[in-house]
Amino acid sequence: MDKLVSYQDFVDQLSDGMTIGVGGWGARRKPMSLIREICKSEIKNLTVVSYGGPDVGLLCAHKKIKKLIFGFVSLDMIPLESHFRQARQKNEIEVMELDEGMVQWGLRAAAMNLPFLPTRVGLGTDVLTHNPELEYVSSPYSDAEKLIAMPALKLDVALIHVNKSDEKGNTQIVGPDPFFDELFARAASKTFVSSEEVVSTQELGGKDGAIFNRFERSLVTGVLHAPCGAHPTSCAPNYGFDMKHLKEYSEAAKSFDEYSSKYLNKTHQEYIDSVGGSEAILSIPLPQF
Amino acid sequence: MSESISLAEICISASSKAWEGEGEILATGIGLIPRIAAGLAKLTHNPDLMMTDGETYLISSPAPMGKRDISHDQVEGYMSYSRVFENLWGGKRHAMVTPTQIDSLGQTNISAIGDYNSPKVQLLGVRGFPGNFINHKNSIFVPNHSVKTFVKDQVDMVSGMGYQNKELSNGKFEIKLVVTNLGVFDFNGANNNLQLLSLHPGVSVDEVIENTGFDLIISSDETTPLPTSEELSCIREVLDPHGMRNSIFGE
Repeated sequence: MDKLVSYQDFVDQLSDGMTIGVGGWGARRKPMSLIREICKSEIKNLTVVSYGGPDVGLLCAHKKIKKLIFGFVSLDMIPLESHFRQARQKNEIEVMELDEGMVQWGLRAAAMNLPFLPTRVGLGTDVLTHNPELEYVSSPYSDAEKLIAMPALKLDVALIHVNKSDEKGNTQIVGPDPFFDELFARAASKTFVSSEEVVSTQELGGKDGAIFNRFERSLVTGVLHAPCGAHPTSCAPNYGFDMKHLKEYSEAAKSFDEYSSKYLNKTHQEYIDSVGGSEAILSIPLPQF
Repeated sequence: MSESISLAEICISASSKAWEGEGEILATGIGLIPRIAAGLAKLTHNPDLMMTDGETYLISSPAPMGKRDISHDQVEGYMSYSRVFENLWGGKRHAMVTPTQIDSLGQTNISAIGDYNSPKVQLLGVRGFPGNFINHKNSIFVPNHSVKTFVKDQVDMVSGMGYQNKELSNGKFEIKLVVTNLGVFDFNGANNNLQLLSLHPGVSVDEVIENTGFDLIISSDETTPLPTSEELSCIREVLDPHGMRNSIFGE
């Protein structure tokens, strides 16, 4: 079994109007090489589900998003994401704004093949006002509590960046927080994984390595070898976030052309070279919070 | 103490009282003053509090602000984001947060300012506010007490629920303490109105009234207590050795 695919194979399996879930969290372990590939392509009108960071911002800057399903968009140390802000303030995207936990619940419902999961979260807030499609459900038990029926967030495709994978799609997320990537993979019809390293199954480290295998390979459609593929976001323990680059990216909301011609519309290797090379990225220390 | 006591230190000491008597729960202070305050609570009156290293691990002593030698962190447990969600749904957490807007009902906003469809200012999004406020106690720190923060009408995008919806939360909703650059408050006035508990040194009642967009109850003429010498040494020597707190009010 060999699931290794090229960037071209990957975009060929995407189409206009798809719902795409992006793993990671804020400026942490985002599959940025896959996002940049989508930005290069003709694909449009996407619905994007994300604990958002520069993945959302970059897609906004390229006008790829029709609708964003989100709880936040942030670059962590730079709290507000300038490209996303601009898209919102100019009313360029539709939004389904949810509590972070509601996003998780929606993915979990999809992962479990359920139509919805009940939650108290969202009651008493404008999440309900601005999402009139959210319905209530009453507890069938004696408490009869009225809850929100958080609908399943079914994904056509999930994009996830991992530390290691073999050719069969046995992946490992070695960083301390796997975020909600497992649920993105389970909620999706297809999952594409970009990986810092592609190794043999033996090199995954047996039982000691297997505890980092956060979801099983049957969920993985394609594997892309993408060293430093999360840049400029962090990929613990390999490298931290590139603050200098994130600042430049952030300021590029005013005039995107310059940023774009310097760093985008390139192959992954050309991109890495344009931002200083993999050695420089691998030497960026992990952030301290 | 030769060094004079700063406003930031007064706010940290006052904010740490949010976790008084809260028992063995997860204390989350989001932002500089709340985080130092949570650490101070753990070092002084509530050693049972659980705190993270700011990321994924529970550690035995509060993580100091700024650069530190993380090899000194005594890791005692695990708190990934997924586990934070599980924890907060169970209610065993008390967070102190800084909303952009707060209204007379205790509703809070960190999502967007202005018209929702094309906001004047897009902020973070509601983040975990809907889940936090309906599932566990929260407190609030406001560095710039003004009519823009304590708004006259309803907040623009209700992210955290308010007192009028308390029954929806299974009785768990409470905004325990509100600490600002002017004073200390809670929502325990009649009809859950915001009420003044104490004014920081040098602040007048009129200043508070002028800078609050809605009516509040003035039933106290107390002055916020200064931090004790024990608290000051915890803040200055242990929790914030680089003096990052001084940036909050430009001290």
